[in-house]
Amino acid sequence: MVKVAVFRKEHFNAAHRLHNSRWNDEKNNQVFGKCNNPNYHGHNYDLIVKVVGEPDPETGYVIDLKMLSDLIKENVLKKFDHKNLNLDTDEFKNLNPTAENIVKVIYTILRQKINQQLYLQVRLYETERNFVEYPVD
Amino acid sequence: MMYLTRIEHFNAAHKLYNPAWSKQKNEEVFGKCANENWHGHNYELYVTIKGIADDNTGFLFDVKKLSLMIKEFVLDKLDHKNLNVDVDFLTGKMCSTENVALAIWQQLQPQLPAHVKLHCIKLYETPRIYAEYFGD
Repeated sequence: MVKVAVFRKEHFNAAHRLHNSRWNDEKNNQVFGKCNNPNYHGHNYDLIVKVVGEPDPETGYVIDLKMLSDLIKENVLKKFDHKNLNLDTDEFKNLNPTAENIVKVIYTILRQKINQQLYLQVRLYETERNFVEYPVD
Repeated sequence: MMYLTRIEHFNAAHKLYNPAWSKQKNEEVFGKCANENWHGHNYELYVTIKGIADDNTGFLFDVKKLSLMIKEFVLDKLDHKNLNVDVDFLTGKMCSTENVALAIWQQLQPQLPAHVKLHCIKLYETPRIYAEYFGD
């Protein structure tokens, strides 16, 4: 059977700041610039979840996209939407919430929930012009 | 009459929270936007001016000057900031899309020369939500 890729787009809005607690303020400011603002800033994050597999002969589905949508809502959006990533989430208590780290966290969450036979890849847009993808092919 | 628009963007944190109300009432009215630890947006800003194009330049207004004006009076104050905490011209205001659009108008309008009128401030909070202010 030939494999097909299916995608689900979601979005969430969150505040964050980039900060390394092992560095002093000056170094944080040097490295992270305005992203280090102690009062936070924020983004409209766009999330694209890609699932690849052979369509099931009975349903024609690679994965039920309604089920995928519910999975993302329950396990990702509920945690991150309208939240402060640094303050309100367990995942980023001790992890800098860069787009790179956020995409890895989201991938790890979803990987546990989706059939291991299916290939999973997550793309995260922090702005229209800055986006990341994990894992790398 | 000619209309000219400059598009800019900024990223900021905010919350919708009326300090005169209880936490419960804020959550009733503003829902998840009242999260006390803030959330944030990529704001897209459309600044439209109107006037007559000058015969010598063909310009209604030099867009480079407009861009620098927006940068100095709006973006430098809002970008990568917390709208509720860091911004002098929003102090004491509710940071809804409507109010931020109005405040941006008030920042820019006095900076324009007499022959150029500010026509519209259009502010997108998300790709699906925006407010427009025409000065009336």
